[in-house]
Amino acid sequence: MYPRLFDYTAPGTLDQATADLAANPGAKVLAGGMSLIPMMKLRVFSPPTIVDIGRVAGLESISEQGGRVEVGALVRQYQVAVSQPLVHRATALAEAAAWTGDVQVRNRGTLCGSLAHADASADQPAAVLALSGMMVAHSSRGTRTIPAADFFVDAFTTALDEDEILTGASLPLGLPGEGSAYRKVGRRGGHDGFAVAGAAAWVKIEDGAIVDARLALTGVSTRPLLASGVQEALIGSDGSQVAVHAAAARADEGAVLIADLYGAEDYKAHLAKLLTAQALEIAVDRARRSLSAQ
Amino acid sequence: MQVTTTVNGKRVSEDVEPRLLLVHFLRERLGLTGTHIGCETSYCGACTVLLDGRAVKSCTMLAAQAEGGKVTTIEGLATGDDLHPMQDAFSAHHGLQCGFCTPGMILAAVALLADHPDPTDQQIRFALDGNLCRCTGYEPIVRAVGDAAARIRGEPPAPAEWETDRPSALVVSEE
Repeated sequence: MYPRLFDYTAPGTLDQATADLAANPGAKVLAGGMSLIPMMKLRVFSPPTIVDIGRVAGLESISEQGGRVEVGALVRQYQVAVSQPLVHRATALAEAAAWTGDVQVRNRGTLCGSLAHADASADQPAAVLALSGMMVAHSSRGTRTIPAADFFVDAFTTALDEDEILTGASLPLGLPGEGSAYRKVGRRGGHDGFAVAGAAAWVKIEDGAIVDARLALTGVSTRPLLASGVQEALIGSDGSQVAVHAAAARADEGAVLIADLYGAEDYKAHLAKLLTAQALEIAVDRARRSLSAQ
Repeated sequence: MQVTTTVNGKRVSEDVEPRLLLVHFLRERLGLTGTHIGCETSYCGACTVLLDGRAVKSCTMLAAQAEGGKVTTIEGLATGDDLHPMQDAFSAHHGLQCGFCTPGMILAAVALLADHPDPTDQQIRFALDGNLCRCTGYEPIVRAVGDAAARIRGEPPAPAEWETDRPSALVVSEE
């Protein structure tokens, strides 16, 4: 299976890449290609021009600055999964990356590619949403940052403009008292494959009480969702198992759940509550441990 | 467009269409047909090769993306007539039946040992998650990878299953 014919550019600099993108209407950015190339091979998507950013300098690092970490556009999933600052201080994202695809897919696929692709069943969007990530977008018109909560518009649709490249995802590094976790049920069981449903949790504990929380779901709608009912129920609670389960029961509150080949709406709601409870329990535990480790 | 890359230690430069996939580049341009095309949809792993030492699915990459990289295919593992220890172990433990998935399995396993020279069975299974075998049920494959790791660490080869634990169904009365 060959993709349809396309024009190909492989710029060496970000300026050249954004210029190529602006000069070729309908052009698509290629990084790892783990989503784009299968679609092109199946010819469900045939962009006239591919701008391969694989050789753009300066996008391959995970850098810490001022309490935040920025993951560049060429950082692969396997690197996210083992990055020490992410494993310890943005754990939900490292877990999401570790449980994406298989070894070969994680070796090529990038975090930013997954975010820009915005598959409704992808793991990473929920994690960056729960962790209050910021997307960094470059075009020949300049640079802007987009909060994760505004980034995911619909299935395969983000707030990126056609001439913008997602050059990085910036996340606040967790502090003592904060903890996060990601839990999923994959299409092939366990963690395998795209998420039938997934839940990313982030909590902040002060003086034994939860003072802030965010819970994001994937796989249950056309885009990752923040479960505001869960957050509302959890904030002010003691984070006990009883409190967590009471909060998790509200996981599908206000959500328009979408059935797919892997589950009906009621099953999606069931998984959303189950995985929310699991992710929250682990996130609370991690938050507590981070305090006792001080 | 021109693609220049190193395949099995040899520098190659070819004029290709941008849409040419790496697996077709290897098989059709370079004649390296040991890299197999299985599912064509990124699931089966038969097309696995190493790119700069890491396992990748060559059916889901443009040849152009391998520009400047180092590709290793199954043809690049043996040294002359001496098989790579992973190839030896797959043979010794019969980690195959039809053999179609074997090149991809072996390369994924070789990549695992670069990161984990002494892998647990669980690590082996996790590392082969992206490689499907429709014949063996995976048990002899996992044994072969564990044994290859031991051989590479300098330990003696493990005996094959039928040399130690003969399945009773196969013990036929000699009378």
